Amino acid sequence: MSSKKSPTNAIQFHSQVPFWRDERVLRIAAQIVSAIIVIGLLIWAVINILNATEQRGLSLGFEFIGESAGFPIGESDIPYDPSRSFLYAFLVGVLNTLKVAVVGVFFATILGTLVGIARLSTNWLVSRLALVYIEFHRNIPLLILLLLWYRGFFTRLPDVQNSITLPGPMYLSQRGLQLTWPRVTPNGWPFVISILLAVILAIIVWVYLRRLQEKTGRSTYFSLVSLGILVVLPLIGFLISGGNPLQADVPVLSGFNFSGGYQLTPEFAALLVGLVTYTAAFIAEVVRAGIQAVDRGQLEAARSVGLNYSQLLSLIIIPQAMRVIIPPLISQYLNLTKNSSLAIFIGYPELFFIGKTTINQAGRAIQVFAVIMAVYLSISLMTSLILNIYNRRIQLVER
Amino acid sequence: MVSNVTNSLEDIRPPEPPGLNTWIRKNLFNSWFNSLLTIISLVLIYLVISGLIRWIFTQADWEAVLKFPFLYLVGQYPRDQLWRVGLLLAIYSLMIGMSWRKWSGIMRVLALTYAGFFVFLAFWPAPVPTLTLWMRAALLANLGIIALGYFLGGIKKITPRYLLIAWMFSLVVSLLLLHGMPMGGFLDIVPTNLWGGLLVTLLLAIGAIVISFPLGVALALGRRSSLPMIRIICTVFIEAIRGVPLISILFLFSLILPLFLPTGIRIDRLMRALIGMTIFSSAYTAENVRGGLAAVPFGQTEAAKALGHSNFQITALIVMPQALRTVIPPIVGQFIALFKDTTLASGVAVLELLAVGRSVINSDPQYLGLQMEVYGFIAVVFWILSYMMSHASRRLEASLGVGER
Repeated sequence: MSSKKSPTNAIQFHSQVPFWRDERVLRIAAQIVSAIIVIGLLIWAVINILNATEQRGLSLGFEFIGESAGFPIGESDIPYDPSRSFLYAFLVGVLNTLKVAVVGVFFATILGTLVGIARLSTNWLVSRLALVYIEFHRNIPLLILLLLWYRGFFTRLPDVQNSITLPGPMYLSQRGLQLTWPRVTPNGWPFVISILLAVILAIIVWVYLRRLQEKTGRSTYFSLVSLGILVVLPLIGFLISGGNPLQADVPVLSGFNFSGGYQLTPEFAALLVGLVTYTAAFIAEVVRAGIQAVDRGQLEAARSVGLNYSQLLSLIIIPQAMRVIIPPLISQYLNLTKNSSLAIFIGYPELFFIGKTTINQAGRAIQVFAVIMAVYLSISLMTSLILNIYNRRIQLVER
Repeated sequence: MVSNVTNSLEDIRPPEPPGLNTWIRKNLFNSWFNSLLTIISLVLIYLVISGLIRWIFTQADWEAVLKFPFLYLVGQYPRDQLWRVGLLLAIYSLMIGMSWRKWSGIMRVLALTYAGFFVFLAFWPAPVPTLTLWMRAALLANLGIIALGYFLGGIKKITPRYLLIAWMFSLVVSLLLLHGMPMGGFLDIVPTNLWGGLLVTLLLAIGAIVISFPLGVALALGRRSSLPMIRIICTVFIEAIRGVPLISILFLFSLILPLFLPTGIRIDRLMRALIGMTIFSSAYTAENVRGGLAAVPFGQTEAAKALGHSNFQITALIVMPQALRTVIPPIVGQFIALFKDTTLASGVAVLELLAVGRSVINSDPQYLGLQMEVYGFIAVVFWILSYMMSHASRRLEASLGVGER
């Protein structure tokens, strides 16, 4: 039976076991059976779908994606009109999802960190207030919070003529939030490019000099040097572009609407505020847990070797807290991105909303869902890939 | 300082507990920055609370909430069949009362919340024609039933095991009672499209978590299996579900499930939403259970193997019980999340609490301006129930001693 040279009694032992109790056979059999069941279920479902689509005269192809969409989209950062294709409409949806997700993640991190730190404040009242904030948001469904923000606040604002002026100037009205927006002047591009260059260069120099310091033990002033790059390079770009690279595009009231500036629709604003305040409550708990996870002994040891408060924070607390914070933080970012699909209840045209509109317009529910799920899945898989790499690096640091 | 050793009674007495003044100075005004924060906080609290009180008592119009208690509670459930819901509430009163006595802890929180619900509904602050005086009395009588249950719970013969079995059957009994007997004609059938409100919200959340639990355990075991084929199938399933938003799964099931099934099989809306939520929840349960399984030391498995237990015995009797003990708190957390997520089912035309609220707003043009009141009321209902559950979960965590080993 076995071609390997093994002791005779072992061969006898194997030959005594009937195949239906032989673990190796059972293992393979179990896998084959489970595979057959899953594949069988899939085939059954596909046959049903084919039958159903044939009966109702639906098609399963993707050729519709090139046809013109025919529906308007409320807001888009790239030029769009109903004659564009469905594919292009999806692109608008994906960009809108990413827009609210990126801006939301940015503000949720800031607010969440603030609330998390407030939760640990020695001031009893501040810490209780943070607790109330967290418990309020964590125990109410996000959808209701969104509806309260949208129906209760953003659609009840005064009309454009009586809009509320905020510093900036920004104008808050029924039409949403009109921001003053920096626009690049024709000869301002060297400045923009120099900023990008400075950021990239500063990161590279920071990483390199920090490694050098860790290797040699001599102080390389890495933060000062990269800060210098961040100041000097844009300054040069500023001078090259003639001292006037950016122009503030101030919104001006003309008739019944604003012209100029950058408009955030009430839908976007409500979605953003709802997602940010809701996610911040969860991020606050993550931040609190991370800071509390740093051993007290670490702080005491750092104090006793004479580190000052900023050194204590940047060298001892933050690096250790970050290890605990980052993984759940990223899963909160992912939650925020997925939760942006609730926009369908208030009408912000992100991916899911566009998908739903497409289904209403053109049918093809199956294809549309395939696209939607593929986009969300690739966002999550990409994130978990990054997370896995990060976790692996952290584990190396730990040992 | 150190050399000054005394034996007098005065010096070894514990220090006086700090007075209110000391406490305020130490916790609120111990530095100029903290003093500033305290003052800002006080102003903030004053503004929010005074604004809220003014809005609740003088500006808000609660008519859209006060007129329809039963709509928010059970939706369009036939009013002449309401006694079934009442009977169900009474059964649960008895069981919760008994559980309170048997397990105290979290059951006390549950029982008190439940009693609070009866008191609130019995003293519903507006005249409602369907809510008769007789009905209000019946609601209050449930307090007596809870007390009776508490008394019966003291009987030794009713062991926690019986009570647990009763709880397990309670969901089936509730469904039979609410839906009616399919055959026999003992109870009229109430189709699920008449169900609504908090009833459907609770049904979706409890149904999804209960059904998803065995599925999740199976998926978690599959993902840890040494058989590559099973591991791959389970991993792909879990990650695919966790990677997409719940609302897309709900829409998928409501739009496409009819296509997946052979023609002739119809599944009603509530069922479709329940299936969607169950599948969604099972992936998250699986990850929670997997975490619990990973927390069981491998030595346990090795020891069991050394004693000659079979793989099945090891999993069912050694590893799983230890894993599930650590998994209870995250499962409760997941249940709360699921409970909140039932609001999304309103998007697929399931008449849960939020959808009822919306239909009330749309039922009368004069209610269109009362969105804040209706959504605010629903938010408060969700807040109370979720907070009660998370409070209970924290107590449970403490009593299980999770995280203290």
